[in-house]
Amino acid sequence: MELTRRDFIKLSGLAVASVALGNLGFDLKPAYAHAQTLKIRMAKETTTICPYCAVGCGIICHTDLVTGKVINTEGDPDHPINEGALCAKGASLYQLINNPNRVTKPLYRRPYSDRWEEVSWDWALGQIAKKVKETRDRYFVRFNDKGQEVNRVEAIAHIGSAALDNEECWLIQAMMRALGLVYIEHQARI
Amino acid sequence: MTNHWIDIKNADVILIMGSNAAENHPISFKWVTKAKENGAILINVDPRFTRTSAKADIYAPIRSGTDIAFLGGLINYIIHNEKYFKEYVVEYTNASFIVNSKFDFKDGLFAGYNPETKSYDKSYWAFELGRDGVPKRDKSLMHERCVFQLLKRHFSRYTLEKVSEVTGTPKDLLKKIYEVYASTGTKDRSGTIMYAMGWTQHTVGVQNIRAMCIVQLLLGNIGVSGGGVNALRGESNVQGSTDHCILFHIWPGYLKTPRASLKSLADYNKKFTPVCPDPLSANWWQNYPKYSVSFLKAMFGENATKENDFGYKWMPKLDDGKSYAWLVLFDEMYRGKIKGFFAWGQNPCCSGANADKNRKALAKLDWLVNVNIFDNETGSFWKGPGMDPKKIKTEVFFLPCAVSAEKEGSVTNSGRWMQWRYQAAKPLCDVMGDGEIIVKLMNKIRDLYRKEGGVFPEPILNLNWPQRYDPHQVAKLINGYFTRDVTVKGKHFKKGEQVPSFAYLTDDGSTCSANWLYCGSYTEKGNMAARRDKTQTEMQKRIGLFPNWAWCWPVNRRILYNRASVDRNGQPWNPKKAVIKWTGKGWEGDVPDGGWPPLSYGKKSRYPFIMRKWGFGQIFGPGRVDGPFPEHYEPLESPLKRNPFSSQRVNPVVKLFKTNADKYTEDGKYPIVATTFRVTEHWQTGVLTRWLPWLLEAQPQLFVEMSEELAKLKGIKNGEWVVVESARGKVTAVAIVTKRLKPFKIGGKVVHEVALPWHFGWVIPKDGGDSANLLTPSVGDPNTLIPETKAFMVNVHKL
Repeated sequence: MELTRRDFIKLSGLAVASVALGNLGFDLKPAYAHAQTLKIRMAKETTTICPYCAVGCGIICHTDLVTGKVINTEGDPDHPINEGALCAKGASLYQLINNPNRVTKPLYRRPYSDRWEEVSWDWALGQIAKKVKETRDRYFVRFNDKGQEVNRVEAIAHIGSAALDNEECWLIQAMMRALGLVYIEHQARI
Repeated sequence: MTNHWIDIKNADVILIMGSNAAENHPISFKWVTKAKENGAILINVDPRFTRTSAKADIYAPIRSGTDIAFLGGLINYIIHNEKYFKEYVVEYTNASFIVNSKFDFKDGLFAGYNPETKSYDKSYWAFELGRDGVPKRDKSLMHERCVFQLLKRHFSRYTLEKVSEVTGTPKDLLKKIYEVYASTGTKDRSGTIMYAMGWTQHTVGVQNIRAMCIVQLLLGNIGVSGGGVNALRGESNVQGSTDHCILFHIWPGYLKTPRASLKSLADYNKKFTPVCPDPLSANWWQNYPKYSVSFLKAMFGENATKENDFGYKWMPKLDDGKSYAWLVLFDEMYRGKIKGFFAWGQNPCCSGANADKNRKALAKLDWLVNVNIFDNETGSFWKGPGMDPKKIKTEVFFLPCAVSAEKEGSVTNSGRWMQWRYQAAKPLCDVMGDGEIIVKLMNKIRDLYRKEGGVFPEPILNLNWPQRYDPHQVAKLINGYFTRDVTVKGKHFKKGEQVPSFAYLTDDGSTCSANWLYCGSYTEKGNMAARRDKTQTEMQKRIGLFPNWAWCWPVNRRILYNRASVDRNGQPWNPKKAVIKWTGKGWEGDVPDGGWPPLSYGKKSRYPFIMRKWGFGQIFGPGRVDGPFPEHYEPLESPLKRNPFSSQRVNPVVKLFKTNADKYTEDGKYPIVATTFRVTEHWQTGVLTRWLPWLLEAQPQLFVEMSEELAKLKGIKNGEWVVVESARGKVTAVAIVTKRLKPFKIGGKVVHEVALPWHFGWVIPKDGGDSANLLTPSVGDPNTLIPETKAFMVNVHKL
């Protein structure tokens, strides 16, 4: 079996740890080695690509099989572009995923209100669908001033996003174009 | 990028300009470092001395907004000292093409300018055609109207003196840089450019890029390893989102969005399918109808038939001659014309030029849908500084979405590599992946139209739309499949089979493909983007091609225009860094940019620049709205009252916005040049970094970098709070007084420049500072309308 870069780093990490701790007068090697393997022993490994810049570095995520939470993210040594290295942002992916400030429920701001209210997904999506239809039906243009058939609505606009997966990008442009939007833009324009 | 990240290691000279790669694409610097270890020379040109500059062999300062002057001088140097790669220039570029006699250039204006409409009649720039309908050529490059001579004349005005006067770059540094870069004009040396928004965010942004393309074509650096024109894009999938065309003017695969005057699909296809009478030109866009029909089939599935023009009428049309780009969008919103708005994974209240206009514009909406991971300045605009919620009627819906690692799907990096990524954990709590949100929402809308009817429901109800989100299903649609049993080019395919490559797409409805460029990414062989195979041949390994890792478009070709990397016999200019090589029977190395045999085979072959109608690299670019050659114009807001190159102070085709929120300065009230930049620890408007303590603690607040000389003039000490102000707004920032910025000497007078990062916003952290885009102007490049956020005028004073 060929040794991948990842295996090599795992092994050499253990070796270095063993040497470093060897001079303390008692033997921490087994405990340390055990601790190192424990973290990822009950975890599944998946690969992802960093969500920040466009270098496209490979990242390995370890997910605890019991809690389902991501417990570690690190550079993927096998990835030919970053070879395990990450910049400060990529290295912080863990804290992007596990962050107490993430919004967890849909929020709604009433007209003239000064605060957010928590609402359900069903209600939020239902309301948005209603608003889209109302606005579209009211402002849809079949023919422009020149009498040309245009079948569009200029009263609804969309921007975003360069952070979406390709498959999501395709669906969002399909949705917006099928609705008749022409004001469709995103990060690439600025 | 025409090339890719790892290929940078193969360059002999690397120019990093309009980019600070070490800080904004840090891991890319691994490959810059590898190149340097192999003896490459790194040149960095930037108004500030950055961490990229610290690693450069040669650093030169430049006043923001004068890149064409700088590059024009380089073009002049290359021509004057005969450093160009003659055979490449004659055989592979349009340098030998003869331009018609109406063409002219005088005092900053090209022939064909209409001052009333502020636009050009491009027929004045057309090539002179022979009787065969093909542009006449003079391969000796001597004809007075051949592109080469016109180029020479145009850039002979870019002398070292003039360039230095305008850019503020010392003459000896200019000469040194020109010498080193021009050394890549030989067969065995290649030079690459790494650039980013420092070049694109200008009213001459597109011409900045054109200038570098001309340099690279003159030096034979396109199509070769260690060469290319390499844009360092800013977001993890901005390449993919651009390819899938979340942009008003293009349909997925860079097809054109139809204008109202194109009544039928036939009219539309005719308009955009170039016809070329030269049999040696591949003129690849001649396949346009296959791609547009396959796209419509993907949009409307079985409902798109030949009889209904494949649903062409269901697609919205743009008015002829009108732009619907970002700056126009927010202008319309500010004028109250837009009622509903989706701000999906984007924060225009901090990222948009003249950001306060955007913030006020949102207050005029009836409703806003904001999809994001965290609270941000756009979703919460109604409680931002200067806003009175009691007066704002906008209904706002905030939909919390998943983080990247909570979804499965693909993203495309700057090197066109489409990479598949997996779901590490389910989305947090009730949060949904964007794909799920999009599918659910559209299904709710479809249900409403089904139940209630409504205005023109056809496109909505006929849309090819899934019941639930499945990234594999969408990826397969993007690749495309056969809609019926069919024979294409002698091969038999069954209904439902994945199309193996875009060479098999048809214009009769027998194929669907959501994006022809991605055809080949998910075939019967499987999900090519998910490959993790590092096998390479010796030839591929030498240049670090990694052709079996993930998948790249088009057809997994890693280096674009690679037919220009070989001579007429298909032999590499530089065998040590060969990209492709003709074996006598076929090509080895990268996927050749068209499998035809080399040019020595005559009519069986094709010219290398297959996406251009005539098949040649365009030194003369007759398609841009502001000229076939780049020309230096001052930024809209500039320290100079006069352009030293001509009477045209600003790009003559630029148009201004006219609401009361669009303020531009010319009166000298703001005498300091300003620019924006980014740091490693933050990303874009900071929505995904300001909430992370690990990153925020390293870069906690807005700062402005200024020279020691300017600080002394203003009585500002390092670390003090200051106000930076422009005609549009002001921000409070910590002053960083540094040696890394020095005043410029421009035309004899001293010009100061300051620089600010644009990562901050009022939501978090408290007193962290607000967006630098509150200062920037809402004016854009006339080709793309990308805002000029990299060169504008401000004043600075102590708080």
